[in-house]
Amino acid sequence: MINIIYEKCIGCGLCVRECPFNAIKLEDRKAVILDNCTLCGSCVSSCKPGAIDFQKDKADDSEDFSKYRGVWVFGEQKDNSVLQVVFELLGEGRKLAEALSVPLSVVLLGSEIEEQAKTLIAYGADHVYLVEDKSLENYNDESYSDIFTQLINKFKPEIVLIGATAYGRSLAPRVASGLNTGLTADCTELGIDPETKNLLQTRPAFGGNLMATIICPNRRPQMATVRPKVMKPLEADYSRKGEIIRPDVKIPENLQVKITETVHTVYEKVSLAEADIIVSGGRGLGDAKNFELVRELAEVLGGAVGASRATVDAGWIDYSHQIGQTGRTVGPKVYFACGISGAVQHLAGMSSSDIIIAINKDADAPIFKIATFGIVGDVLEVLPELIKEFKARLG
Amino acid sequence: MNIIVCVKQVPGTNEVKINRETNTIVRESAEAIINPFDEHAIEEGVRLKEKTGGKVTVLSMGIPKVADLLRETIAVGVDDAVLLTDRAFAGADTLATSYALAMGIRKLGEFDLIICGKQAIDGDTAQVGPSLAEKLGIPHATYVRKIEEIRDGYMRCQRMTDDGYEVIEMPLPALITVVKEINEPRLPSIKGKLKAKKTEVKVLSAEDIGADLNLCGLKGSATQVIKTFTPVHEVKAEMIDGTAREQARTLVDKLLSMQFVKRT
Ligand SMILES: Cc1cc2nc3c(=O)[nH]c(=O)nc-3n(C[C@H](O)[C@H](O)[C@H](O)COP(=O)(O)OP(=O)(O)OC[C@H]3O[C@@H](n4cnc5c(N)ncnc54)[C@H](O)[C@@H]3O)c2cc1C
Ligand SMILES: Nc1ncnc2c1ncn2[C@@H]1O[C@H](COP(=O)(O)O)[C@@H](O)[C@H]1O
Repeated sequence: MINIIYEKCIGCGLCVRECPFNAIKLEDRKAVILDNCTLCGSCVSSCKPGAIDFQKDKADDSEDFSKYRGVWVFGEQKDNSVLQVVFELLGEGRKLAEALSVPLSVVLLGSEIEEQAKTLIAYGADHVYLVEDKSLENYNDESYSDIFTQLINKFKPEIVLIGATAYGRSLAPRVASGLNTGLTADCTELGIDPETKNLLQTRPAFGGNLMATIICPNRRPQMATVRPKVMKPLEADYSRKGEIIRPDVKIPENLQVKITETVHTVYEKVSLAEADIIVSGGRGLGDAKNFELVRELAEVLGGAVGASRATVDAGWIDYSHQIGQTGRTVGPKVYFACGISGAVQHLAGMSSSDIIIAINKDADAPIFKIATFGIVGDVLEVLPELIKEFKARLG
Repeated sequence: MNIIVCVKQVPGTNEVKINRETNTIVRESAEAIINPFDEHAIEEGVRLKEKTGGKVTVLSMGIPKVADLLRETIAVGVDDAVLLTDRAFAGADTLATSYALAMGIRKLGEFDLIICGKQAIDGDTAQVGPSLAEKLGIPHATYVRKIEEIRDGYMRCQRMTDDGYEVIEMPLPALITVVKEINEPRLPSIKGKLKAKKTEVKVLSAEDIGADLNLCGLKGSATQVIKTFTPVHEVKAEMIDGTAREQARTLVDKLLSMQFVKRT
């Protein structure tokens, strides 16, 4: 499926550099594809003489896609209120639906939650598929994936968007796998290919070091989970007209999976996921007790507290505050990185913040490469001044 | 208890250096490792076996070299290692991966619990676990941070949510994906290392597991990567100079004027 055309290869090595997987090497001045090639195709365009023969097998199951129509959003709710990410997806979904001239719908599962359906219409939904039952009050993988799959099979949307939350990332792969369709995780950008009308799904890979654009050309629906705080919601317009549809579905009974207890451990006034302002501390704080400065600044600004992994590993703060590849992903309006070097794994969790402020005593710290404002200085001096200044000016 | 742990080989680093002139990726060749989350999955499997008896099998789909990594897991208490390897598996997305793993697991026979890592650090998709559970028709729980109780046909565990955790009960067989907090993986013992040396990794091809080639690898993948690029961070930091006091003042001025920080 991928081959080097020996005669054409000039041994320039450009493909070797292009390959994100180190799966090409030069042998006797000719490129050789190694075992660990994932057939991603990144190398093809790098080859000037056209010596890389790459053919994607055409899937033979070219179903009739004309039956699939419309953009859907999963209306994740908690304690009977729809999550912010749903409004963001509606904002983005509106654009996609308009590009395709199709309706935008939300699937809302819950118990006594009709009130929320009206809000969803105000935020851009044309239809709300509402399923209410006492058993759907809280998220449950088994019942939610069952009903969601029934609805997709019945109404055949062409695109399904799900927030990349803990629940969304559990539900989406289960549903996509059952439907034998593709799913792209944690997208940060979506678009429609003007020619093919395929959904273009862009996401970070390798901890944010590489971006990949992915399509699902031969199956429907095209499914994606989308990172919270990246897409922008529309202004609510309560005069918008929309339709609430109560579809006929079979509510699963005798569930195997039971949730017997729910415990909140993140006792923040503002949760990291929802915060507009996040103040994060890194090893540069020097000491657990200096985290107080970070907390105080967050408090003054009405923000939440984040942390680098180094500080979590050192036991200065609980893991639930960790931002980054192996922690949480956030995208606030303002992100303060205090004494954080800016390792790629940390950036993976916060680089989509609107404004990034870096405070670091090392002018060469990588965090300055993505910062909007940089302060070279000692956090232990700058933070108290910032706290004082904000208190005086905001107070 | 019969436990299967799914492990993936990933590059030991995800630092991708960018050649600014050609804007291409320079990947420092790094040795391959077992996905860090999967180390925790292995440890949990071994601990359960030590408590309840039975055996732990590690299963991977990957290139032939992965056998070496699998063999090392014997040293921390794994009983059997199985590698699914075939050119036909190359280019698999999470759908085709979970199909191949499901076929491999069917071939292995009866099991009580499948443990996966929360996600693989190369793609960070976190999709294979739930997708595999669906293919096998068993329940699943993601982000498990603690197994509270497990016995024949029943388990109760704690699953992390966005603001805490919840307690889930489900029947076995089932699949869980685990986070790092679940345990601290042990180091290999000398005796284990010796045993590992002597262990044969069982290698199975697509044909061996009776997989439909149309559902494997690139062919069986629903998604296709059409473009990769390195993110350009074009923001050039505006540096704020002066004493700590002056820096603080200037920054506060800027933030207030941009209305990102609002007066209450
Ligand atoms: C697989 C993997 C996953 C990972 N996941 C994550 C993750 O999710 N999140 C994460 O954050 N990391 C993660 N890491 C770790 C990451 O690579 C870094 O090690 C970590 O982010 C470093 O934290 P830090 O910036 O606080 O510490 P350091 O890198 O030690 O940086 C401290 C910084 O503080 C500065 N400094 C020191 N003293 C002062 C002072 N008085 N005033 C001002 N500045 C000062 C220094 O100049 C330095 O830049 C991961 C690593 C791996 C391998
Ligand atoms: N090729 C593979 N072989 C075995 N297990 C895998 C493979 N790919 C993914 N997994 C398992 O699925 C988990 C999630 O991977 P991913 O969906 O790729 O993020 C990993 O931690 C592994 O436990």
